[in-house]
Amino acid sequence: MAVAQSADSDEVSAGSDLFRQRIRSAWLFLAPMLIVLALVAGWPLLRSIYFSFTNASLTNLDAAQWVGFENYFSMTTLKSGRVLYDGLLVDPLWWGSVWNTVRFTIVSVTLETIFGMVVALVLNAEFRGRGFVRAAILVPWAIPTIVSAKMWAWMLNDQFGIINDILLNLGLISQKIAWTANPDTAMIAVLIVDIWKTTPFMALLILAGLQMIPGDIYEAAKIDGVHPVKVFWKVTLPLVRPALMVAVIFRMLDALRIFDLIYVLTANNAQTKTMSVFARENLFDFDKFAYGSAASTMLFLILTLITIVYIIVGKVNFEGGR
Amino acid sequence: MAGLLLRGVKKSYGTVKVLHGIDLDIKSGEFIVFVGPSGCGKSTLLRLIAGLEDITGGTLQIDGQVVNQLAPSKRGIAMVFQSYALYPHMTVYDNMAFGLKLAKGTPQSDIDRRVREAADILQITPYLDRLPKQLSGGQRQRVAIGRAIVRDPKVFLFDEPLSNLDAALRVATRIEINKLHERMAGVTMIYVTHDQVEAMTLADRIVVLNAGRVEQVGAPMELYNFPANLFVARFLGSPSMNTIPCAIVAGGAEASVQPDGCAKISVSAVIPTTAAGKRGTFGVRPEDLILADGQDAIFTGTIDIVEQLGEVTLIYVDVGTAEPIVAKVDSDVEVAKGQKIALTAEKRHLHVFDENGVAYPRG
Repeated sequence: MAVAQSADSDEVSAGSDLFRQRIRSAWLFLAPMLIVLALVAGWPLLRSIYFSFTNASLTNLDAAQWVGFENYFSMTTLKSGRVLYDGLLVDPLWWGSVWNTVRFTIVSVTLETIFGMVVALVLNAEFRGRGFVRAAILVPWAIPTIVSAKMWAWMLNDQFGIINDILLNLGLISQKIAWTANPDTAMIAVLIVDIWKTTPFMALLILAGLQMIPGDIYEAAKIDGVHPVKVFWKVTLPLVRPALMVAVIFRMLDALRIFDLIYVLTANNAQTKTMSVFARENLFDFDKFAYGSAASTMLFLILTLITIVYIIVGKVNFEGGR
Repeated sequence: MAGLLLRGVKKSYGTVKVLHGIDLDIKSGEFIVFVGPSGCGKSTLLRLIAGLEDITGGTLQIDGQVVNQLAPSKRGIAMVFQSYALYPHMTVYDNMAFGLKLAKGTPQSDIDRRVREAADILQITPYLDRLPKQLSGGQRQRVAIGRAIVRDPKVFLFDEPLSNLDAALRVATRIEINKLHERMAGVTMIYVTHDQVEAMTLADRIVVLNAGRVEQVGAPMELYNFPANLFVARFLGSPSMNTIPCAIVAGGAEASVQPDGCAKISVSAVIPTTAAGKRGTFGVRPEDLILADGQDAIFTGTIDIVEQLGEVTLIYVDVGTAEPIVAKVDSDVEVAKGQKIALTAEKRHLHVFDENGVAYPRG
């Protein structure tokens, strides 16, 4: 008994040595990445959060003084007894951009998911030239956003844009529309471009999920005589759901911090001003660096909150569909 | 009560012809096994019957009705796939009930009864609430069979159902499929395999396929004892039949052949006298070879390799032919590598094939 026990404990200690060694090398391999992340993401994030509690101005960051929560919320009682509220949390412009961002995210991600699913289902079918179509569909995603935004800006241009020209010639509109400037159409214009650009990404992620589904269960369904539409809802969708949920979270994070497309396409339009655009405006244009930092910090918090809620409610499984 | 009638059934993918016109009559309630080497078209033929592939030419009748254009679900068939093809996100119960539930027309209570009956037959009742991934390979295969039973098919199709199971489970499941066939009298079963043991043990009749053509159809022992040609002779039986090119010395009553590099042998095969002087192939199964005294030996040579399998011993003998001659002898026969040995066989066990590989009938 005693001999067996000591042999056991020897094994355990040898095993844990190996284990410690593995942990050490894991940290060693991770270290470069962690250091880079800390430098380019961690440090700026902490600086932003710090500045949001100061009265920093762009011209003299070093002179920043701690002001507590003043940038977020402050109350001043006037001599007359009137109470004035100030700060980001009571700024209607801020909440307007939050609402714009959320609305943009919901509409764009929903439509991208639907279109992406359709495209993925088509690409998953066997047909001649499938490889070429798969590559071709990626083109919108491959073009830099600034370039595609400029391209669409010209296409949507009120005077020279091809879209107005086509719609006019088809008789669908009676006069040219200033798509990106008109408050009624600015959001639609942004949505069209974003959906055009990111549907391929969605399609590819969903396609990867579809290809994990073994083909023979479709044959089993055929023999069972299940209608193809029902097969989609009862078999395909449940099985592709893990991949779909991850794809949606990627797109959602992107959409919630959308900046470049809107900055190029509809700058200064209140209907399309998002949280990121609002923050940049205050940081650099209005010389309200601290206030912009507060907006950035809030953006970060809102994004984190929505992501956590989504992961919990959607039971997202990052391990893959095993 | 469904027989199948295949007339000139062809299949091509583009310009590649996979099946070159298959004619088959399958009687109702029969257990038919399609066997052949990989790529011979046996799985394709099964998929044509199932309706998973379109028939390029010819007609397929089930129960007297031409079903070429009929959807799989309307053909009264059920299929068990090699990879089980279970729906991974559904419980065992739902896997079995799914088709009936969505097809409508079957009352809920009836579905429930059928699922539970099938589960009972296959002894998977304790697992009805589990997901396929929580089951072992053998249990998954039972679920796949259960799903097929629930459909109450006229024709049961099996596509290499045992090839993903380990050896012991394969034997057990094979026996269960045999029992299932007895229980489901009147249900025609078509079973595809590349495993000749499965073919021999399960089939009422075996269909040997090669390169998209039917080589021979018949009862297992008929095929084993009276192979119609060289392909069937070599395909059934393990190890394969020893075959040696030979000269046909004489036909008629005193028929004899001379295998290349060996002495003249008198055979009982019915060889026409006109065949004398032509080339052919001489064949003898390893299990028909016995140790002989020098006198009446067919082969004499040196032992190259001895393989002891436990119940039998395989001896590979170099007799001067291109390939060594294999003999299957009792394991208590003591032989050693390098030993000189003489082998013979009873006259009735000798096979002779003509220059095209077609067997001369054995007398």
